[in-house]
Amino acid sequence: MARNARPALRRQLYSAAVRLLVWLSASVCCCLLAVLIGYICWRGLPGLSWELLTSEESLLQGTAGLLPSLLNTLCVVAVSLAAALPLGVGAAIYLTEYARSRRLTAAVEFASEVLSGIPSILYALVGVIVFCSALGLQKTLLAGSLTLAIMTLPTILRTTQESLRTVPRSYREGALSLGSGRWRMIATVVLPSCVDGIVTGCILAAGRVVGESAVLMYTAGLSTAMQDFSTIQGIMRASGSTLAVALYVYAKERADFAAAFAAATVLLALSALINLAARLAGRRLGRRQRRKKHPAALTRRQGGPHG
Amino acid sequence: MQRAKIKPAELAMRLLLLVCALTAIAFVLLITAYLIAAGLPAIREVGLASFLLGRTWDSTNASNPQFGILPLVLTSVYGAAGAIVLGVPVGFFTALFLAKAAPRPLAAAIRPVVGLLAGIPSVVYGLVGMCVLVPALRSWLDLPAGDGLLASIIVLAVMILPSVISLSEAALASVPREYEEASLALGATEAETWLRVSAPAAKSGIAAAVVLGVGRAVGESMAILMVAGNVPNMPGLLRSVRFLTTGIAIEMNYAAPGSLQRKALFSIGLVLFLFILLINILLHLAVRRGREA
Repeated sequence: MARNARPALRRQLYSAAVRLLVWLSASVCCCLLAVLIGYICWRGLPGLSWELLTSEESLLQGTAGLLPSLLNTLCVVAVSLAAALPLGVGAAIYLTEYARSRRLTAAVEFASEVLSGIPSILYALVGVIVFCSALGLQKTLLAGSLTLAIMTLPTILRTTQESLRTVPRSYREGALSLGSGRWRMIATVVLPSCVDGIVTGCILAAGRVVGESAVLMYTAGLSTAMQDFSTIQGIMRASGSTLAVALYVYAKERADFAAAFAAATVLLALSALINLAARLAGRRLGRRQRRKKHPAALTRRQGGPHG
Repeated sequence: MQRAKIKPAELAMRLLLLVCALTAIAFVLLITAYLIAAGLPAIREVGLASFLLGRTWDSTNASNPQFGILPLVLTSVYGAAGAIVLGVPVGFFTALFLAKAAPRPLAAAIRPVVGLLAGIPSVVYGLVGMCVLVPALRSWLDLPAGDGLLASIIVLAVMILPSVISLSEAALASVPREYEEASLALGATEAETWLRVSAPAAKSGIAAAVVLGVGRAVGESMAILMVAGNVPNMPGLLRSVRFLTTGIAIEMNYAAPGSLQRKALFSIGLVLFLFILLINILLHLAVRRGREA
């Protein structure tokens, strides 16, 4: 009897092999990340200095400078978020608070799924046709930002929608029963309690924009010179490379690997920071989602001695 | 009994929000319309059969330019297939690790790794591929040049890992605990339970993960632009190749406006778009089947 309680040797071997594969795969993933980060820091950190981050590239002195690329990145993130945020949040509000037709909701959700599946090189083509030529924006940061706004719309829509769903029904009913109109109810009760979801969406969208290169290469230009951000017209006409595009230009077109790895280090630090921020903002959202899923547990806990 | 009147401001907001919701649909229609409108002229000029099945892409030849995208299509298909073959097993087993095998604190410590891998921009992958992978392949395999399909497949496999892992993990984690407990109670080992009970129960989610991975691999452009070599050869594992995406990317900044070359690039875009739509529909079906099951 006791002998039969243990699985046969072959099954034990099988189990051990599966276990080994599982642990091996997980360690491969961790090693990959460690090697990537380690290698980039090893090659990039020596070239990184305060001067590099705060100066312009100078051909005369032969020094690199990432300040223009950093400013361009900032500008693209700001403009594309400014365009995508109202659209995405508005769409999410309509879908969760107003829409009665399930078919419309399904259609919008499918469209947003399609948008998030389209590769960036196709966004680049569309940006080139629509914003650069048809709307006459030329190759400018503005054209690139607007193209990216379409690309990031699904991210913002989805996270806002998820967060709107966690707002308790009783909040809405309370506001409506006090005689508030639907929009007033949304603006004063629903939106303030789902700010964290909107913020998460923005952070995720910013992450995509910071890392994006294909779209901007063809719609926003490749220049690494300083742009004029002091006037509205200057911003409208500014054309240049963001950090990710500058990295490509340094590595592939100029074979200036010191600058490329310095840019990669900055880019890596930025994306890690954005990742961390999204995690922190998302944690609050996740806590509320869990509460929404198990309301019974919460009321029991709050019920005190009477519950 | 008097029904409360809707205030005009309320109505205006409602309409405004409806417009916002409709923009997503409008964008999809706009993109489709523009890609078709821009992609068709060159196909018509070159001829559909010789465009899709032509074996040479030589767009800059002044006397006799050739616009056959078969090598590009095949390279994209082989590249995605190779990335799936390499990436999905590693991703699936890592998902098993996170969802089932790892002690909780360890899983919680490793989950951010996946997030970080997903957050690394594709140019950075390309840069590391260019400076580490390509020279390594060149010296190990004793090649004249290390860039080509193999290097691209490895880079793509790494890049699809995060999405494969997070989707499969979610699918595996949502398998009802009772299934696994029943299997364990019948005397199956834990490993047997994972592969014979949990994985089949999470089948549709894992299928969705694979399809999403295919989509990522087919659509990636910048990273493989830096490691693929970019010569439009018929695909071979150690040859320099050009993908559909990189085919557009490499010539886009140089093609003269209005030229047949530029129009042909938009046609490649149209073909790529059709590929992605097909993959999206598959993904949609996989996810919906998963929801119904």
